[in-house]
Amino acid sequence: MDFNDTPEEAKYRAEVRAWLDKNAVRKADAKDAEQSKTLEELLKRSKAWQAKKAENGYACITWPKEWGGGGGTTINNVIYGQEESNYAVTGSVFAIGLGMCIPTVMYWGSDEHKARFVKPAVRGDEIWCQLFSEPAGGSDVAGLRTRAEKDGDEWVINGQKVWTSGAHYCDYGIVLVRTDPNVPKHKGLTMFWVDMKSAGVEVRPIKQMSGDANFNEVFFTNVRVHDNQRLGNVGDGWKVALTTLMNERLAVGGSQGNADVAELIKLARETEIDGKPAISNGAVRERIADWYVQAQGLKFTRLRTLTALSKGETPGPESSISKIIAAKKMQDLGSFGMDLQDMGGIIRDRNISPEEGAYTEQWLGAAGYRIAGGTDEILRNIVAERVLGMPSDIRVDKDLPFNQAPKGK
Amino acid sequence: MNFDFSDDQKMLKDQVRKFLSDKSPLSVTRKVLESDQPYEKAVWKGLVDMGLTGTAIPEAYGGLGLGALELCVIAEELGRAVAATPFSSSVYLASEAIKLFGTEKQKETWLPKLAEGSIIGTLAVSEGLNAASPRNTTTSFANGKINGTKRPVPDGDVADVAVVVVNSGGTGEQAISLAIVDLKGAGITREVLRTIDPTRSQATITFKDAAAELMGPAGQGWGQLQRVLDGAAVLFAFEQVGGSEAAIEMARDYSLERYAFGRQIGSYQAIKHKLADMYVKKELAKSNAYFGAMMLNDEGSELPEAAAASRLAGNDAYVFAAQESLQTHGGIGYTWEADTQFHYRRAKLLSLTVGSSAQWKEKLATRLEAKNAA
Repeated sequence: MDFNDTPEEAKYRAEVRAWLDKNAVRKADAKDAEQSKTLEELLKRSKAWQAKKAENGYACITWPKEWGGGGGTTINNVIYGQEESNYAVTGSVFAIGLGMCIPTVMYWGSDEHKARFVKPAVRGDEIWCQLFSEPAGGSDVAGLRTRAEKDGDEWVINGQKVWTSGAHYCDYGIVLVRTDPNVPKHKGLTMFWVDMKSAGVEVRPIKQMSGDANFNEVFFTNVRVHDNQRLGNVGDGWKVALTTLMNERLAVGGSQGNADVAELIKLARETEIDGKPAISNGAVRERIADWYVQAQGLKFTRLRTLTALSKGETPGPESSISKIIAAKKMQDLGSFGMDLQDMGGIIRDRNISPEEGAYTEQWLGAAGYRIAGGTDEILRNIVAERVLGMPSDIRVDKDLPFNQAPKGK
Repeated sequence: MNFDFSDDQKMLKDQVRKFLSDKSPLSVTRKVLESDQPYEKAVWKGLVDMGLTGTAIPEAYGGLGLGALELCVIAEELGRAVAATPFSSSVYLASEAIKLFGTEKQKETWLPKLAEGSIIGTLAVSEGLNAASPRNTTTSFANGKINGTKRPVPDGDVADVAVVVVNSGGTGEQAISLAIVDLKGAGITREVLRTIDPTRSQATITFKDAAAELMGPAGQGWGQLQRVLDGAAVLFAFEQVGGSEAAIEMARDYSLERYAFGRQIGSYQAIKHKLADMYVKKELAKSNAYFGAMMLNDEGSELPEAAAASRLAGNDAYVFAAQESLQTHGGIGYTWEADTQFHYRRAKLLSLTVGSSAQWKEKLATRLEAKNAA
């Protein structure tokens, strides 16, 4: 057992590092000027960086070169990601488009679609969003109600999508709609790509509980799309959506929150309980030990997955546990960091609070993170069903036509 | 990146699994539970015949000269089988302690016999209803003799040799030494203890002027003990991972076969989420144990934290899996006939065998404090 690269991996890492050194600035050396202050700046910087990556085979590393990708392996992609994370660059605006939407277009789109959309997306010229969730369909996405009705060669879309990241700056999106309400819910869906600048598309930011606005509502009012914008057959939308969601699992990951065990130990040294350093308190020490064990467990679970990738094997199901643990840990650790400040824990001011307010921010943010991309409860269902082979839930609306199935408001 | 066991190690694991599923099914463990026999001789003999007792003992002392990684895969299978053998006492505790800290002569005397399985060894730490500390270690060593009582001593009723934690005079940790005691010698009385898990025997051993030899210079025993316990914590964590997997499988299978309110109980989210939680804890334990194995095998600088994390995640995973597996079975799971009890008993036993979670959390917090010095 060791954490070393194979000779090929080491060679690739060295190439990547040399290229990054030449073309990007290390985070440690980055000045304020290299931070994007406005959305326009962020988009401009992101697009320029993405284009540079694409020219050099570092965008969509695992995709074939003919589609603008790098023609590399999954482990190449992991290594690139590890190295790039040390530099003051970002590609987050492309994550959903390249992680979920374009793979769906590549799988289900016509040759014409692929020729038109894939390369510009890889180069960062065009950004995509995913329009699945609705007020009436979150965990149960197939319960969505946005309608598309055929009108000649066109479809007319009416309805509302929600939690759409990046809708306000995206050029295109893939949208899942109901084309037949007279059949059971999974059978009446169809997928289209849509130009976000079409008449009748209205994007409104959602103000989250934390006060930030990272997502949008998207309203469709008589939005017309041509039938040739359809991805897959009419009524096959659920099958198409599964391709997208399968890719989501590969796209999720990374670190959660800025405060972890080392920061908590520091805070416990600086704060007091009953006039004594909090670090000497048994309850505090127990929590430190618990979260260390969880943090290490997550880290080494990732390394087990990477090992499988490095050997060219399919990773085992162990990676499915990560978000279940990580989101709750982020919430609890943030909350406990606030507790350690006692009454001061209510303050939300980066100039006053420890770690520039990281505990408060991650406590606020984690409430959303436990829901986004699969709630804790849905993820437990997934582990039980796909890993342990337990039966899927009984679905009372499974065989009912959608317009006769029980619904809330 | 190569954070996995090698093909050879996996092959060894398969061999051990095959042997145990053949010779040590739960019906055999039950035989030990329902009789006075301290362990299952046929299983022990089989492990010895495969050379496994000498796995990590150098060839110069009659062992196979393999490393901790090989011991880890064996441990995982012993845990899965809930095997009734003194393997852990003899191998993870006594052999490892003597290999690490014995004098050359002590190694020559004891390791070949431990390797070939002709004797059984153990480690005697605890003296009663307390986490052992330098302060409460009263078994005394002077002039080559020890006096005092150790309880519980794993396999203390059947062991031939024990590494004993003794007070050799002085204060604090400097008072503590490790001593080797031939349990066949004079001045030793043993009494079998009644415990929560009769499939692993435990005893009280009383030493009255029993002959003993210090392992190395006096006064280094407390530090030596921590190193032995760190290694054992990793190996027991693999037993806990194996045990957790077996307990989860048992619960899963039952949840598919049992119907309530017209459907499989495994189709209720209350059961599915419980089993998902069991799986999550088990995977966290496994990942921590892997790093523990790597640190133990390489004698790495992070062994103290890795061992504690392995121990804590292992305790958490197996105790939870065992108790919730029984719960999933409902009333039938609480009967004597049911096999759920083997995990329920063994999980709790293992969670206390080399120190409770409370004790290890304190150790880990102390180690992390030192590492993240102000």
